[in-house]
Amino acid sequence: MIVQPRNLKYRVWVTRVFMILFLCLIMFPFLMIISVSFRSGNFATGDLIPSNPSLEHWYLAFGIPWENADGSVTPPPFPVLLWLWNSIKVSFVSTVLILLLSTTGAYAFARLRFKFKEHMLTAMMILQMFPAVLALVAIYSLFDKLGNYIPWLGLDSLGSVTVAYLGGLALHIWLIKGYFETIDQSLEEAAAIDGATPWQAFRYVLLPLSVPILAVVFILAFITSIAEYPVASVLLQSMDNLTLAVGSRQYLNPQNYLWGDFAAAAVLSGLPISIIFLLCQRWIVGGLTAGGVKG
Amino acid sequence: MEAISSAGNKSGNPGRWVALGLLAAIDLTLLYGVTIMYANGETAFALLVLLIITTGTWVFISHKGYSYRYVYPALLGVSVFIVFPLLYTVNVAFTNYSSSNLLPLERVKAIHRAQTYKTPGESYSFKVWQQGENYQLLFISNRDTDKHLLSTPFGELTEPTEVTARLSSALPDGKELAFRDTIKIRHILKLITIVLPDGGSLSMASLREFGPQARIYDEGPNDTLIDSRNGGILTPDMTTGYYVDNSGEQIGPGFTVFNGWNNFIRVIADPGIQGPFLQIFTWTLTFSALSVLFTLIIGLLMACLVQWEPLGGNGVYRLLLILPYAVPAFISILIFRGLFNQNFGEINMLLNMLFGIQPEWFSNGFLAKTMVLIVNTWLGYPYMMILCIGLLKSIPDDLYEASAIDGATPIQNLFKITLPLIIKPLIPLLIASFAFNFNNLVLIALLTDGAPNIIGATTPAGATDLLVSYTFRIAFGQYGQDYGLASAIASFIFLMVGVIAWINLKATRRFTG
Repeated sequence: MIVQPRNLKYRVWVTRVFMILFLCLIMFPFLMIISVSFRSGNFATGDLIPSNPSLEHWYLAFGIPWENADGSVTPPPFPVLLWLWNSIKVSFVSTVLILLLSTTGAYAFARLRFKFKEHMLTAMMILQMFPAVLALVAIYSLFDKLGNYIPWLGLDSLGSVTVAYLGGLALHIWLIKGYFETIDQSLEEAAAIDGATPWQAFRYVLLPLSVPILAVVFILAFITSIAEYPVASVLLQSMDNLTLAVGSRQYLNPQNYLWGDFAAAAVLSGLPISIIFLLCQRWIVGGLTAGGVKG
Repeated sequence: MEAISSAGNKSGNPGRWVALGLLAAIDLTLLYGVTIMYANGETAFALLVLLIITTGTWVFISHKGYSYRYVYPALLGVSVFIVFPLLYTVNVAFTNYSSSNLLPLERVKAIHRAQTYKTPGESYSFKVWQQGENYQLLFISNRDTDKHLLSTPFGELTEPTEVTARLSSALPDGKELAFRDTIKIRHILKLITIVLPDGGSLSMASLREFGPQARIYDEGPNDTLIDSRNGGILTPDMTTGYYVDNSGEQIGPGFTVFNGWNNFIRVIADPGIQGPFLQIFTWTLTFSALSVLFTLIIGLLMACLVQWEPLGGNGVYRLLLILPYAVPAFISILIFRGLFNQNFGEINMLLNMLFGIQPEWFSNGFLAKTMVLIVNTWLGYPYMMILCIGLLKSIPDDLYEASAIDGATPIQNLFKITLPLIIKPLIPLLIASFAFNFNNLVLIALLTDGAPNIIGATTPAGATDLLVSYTFRIAFGQYGQDYGLASAIASFIFLMVGVIAWINLKATRRFTG
């Protein structure tokens, strides 16, 4: 039992008020964007709770043309759902590939013995710090040239973005390796004595025990890919091929400022990702702190 | 482990032969690709693929390479998408590769060689006849209307081609194309050179006429071009990357050449680049340091409060506090871009209502920087909070009990117990966070795009630009793309990031190892 100071009650209340004020500050952008998405018009100002709510922006976000009060029809400005679908495709495929490569890689680094292992690990740690952004000129011309031989890997293809995201797997190797090292190695050695190959020991003993960290890496990699902007913005060009992160930018051009339409699209596309994150936050937090602190 | 690796060497099963066959097939396909790349002059890429093939094959055949089989695909990903681009970027930094010097010398020469001028002689109007996939051209002489010339059939073309034509009295098979359909295939017609029975040649002069044309430039020795009209000589200048005529005038388009340290010298010496570069460099350091500091202060404070049991409802607070981290950054940043808008943004409306002010968030340098920091702190504190929660859990409770008995205040607890205990494992994470913010392109690209601009800069540079967004705009911005200069600046940043990474590694070893 912790010794409690006498003025505890007073302190708790001060803290509560402070927390609530702080939370208001944090929630302000979210409440605002939801409010804006229900106001009619793109420059409308008004109260937090719209006085005459309209579903105009939501219709447009779902790709349904909206009929105005004067009878004119506004077409949807951008294919939001298509962008969302593009993002999901790219992120899913690249995440599966990243998971495959980083799990096998982490297994070798955690369990097998080979030359230059320590050097490779250190080198990967350092290389991970270099942002892909800086090598964009190289990545751009790499895919430009690849496209001459393999069309689906050329510029302006979702394939190129998917493959480009594979560069970010070093961090995940570190996370998974850290987890593998917490699993007792004698389990696999017992399997090896029974005649299992390293592959079998890995597949049937180690993998089933590592499902939690694999789930964490899957979610982290998925969210990273969905939110990636620079590489996608350089590799993708045509309107129908954009991912959500690149496409959303189109709403807030100084020449064509679609604030209301953006609000609905943002809520529509941000909500599923945020919900996944919040549902999995316990594990993500665990994975981040475990892997992060170990370094 | 010996038992494991010897078990892996058992071979001779049919699966192994299938795998070997598959490997051979992949290798052959890739080798074919390498040959094509080498033939096209892409030596760097050909070498890269060759390296991948040889190491890959060795790893999957040799018993010694067994352990590497598991790491090879991952290493391949890292080397192709991180190491190779790094080396290639440094390489580009030594060239004049830019939107005005985009093509290799061979292609520029081909462009010049394809230029033609009208020579005296007879012009023909023409009609196109289509038969299935093939086209035929019918020429009618403008002077002698009884004379028809008929070309041999040709299909879809992608390269300049010579097509012969002969005298004919019959009309070709198939149907005649209407004029607007002729316009549709003009990209094919432009590639055609018609060879006449008398040895003369025609090429497309307008949408309705083929006329006698001659190439302006003939090929001379050592990549020079000879002007066939006046005998002038164009020589390729290998230092500037342009063809130069006798009077010294540069003739575009330019080609890519190595220009040594020029780009690096420009960054250091050109006042229009050096000034903004230093200003941006200072701001990048300030921004990264302040971001780490602010997010740490708020993150640690919130972590302490959320962990404080008497508060109650801690789970709910934690969930709500994590929200900025749960929403994808590209959405939150764009939301702030709208909220901070000077004229109809909600933040200025609120400020106007409460204090009667409407700050110019995007056109005043200091305010823009403040806004960037506010948004980044909002985005970044949940991560720090998560890390701090993890670290705080590892501090034993009895330390606080003892301090409570001694009558310590929460502030004393924080500075005497909490901070000293968590600072050690926190330092590598703080350096990593510094490096992340140092390279935080997304925030700047989506929030301000560098605005407001720095006056007197010769490249697009803004007050809120970080080094990465500055590089990004030079390379992929709207006004003239200078890949060489961008790569030179990127190389400078590589050095700095390398130093940060090295310090981080040392710190990790020292504080957790």
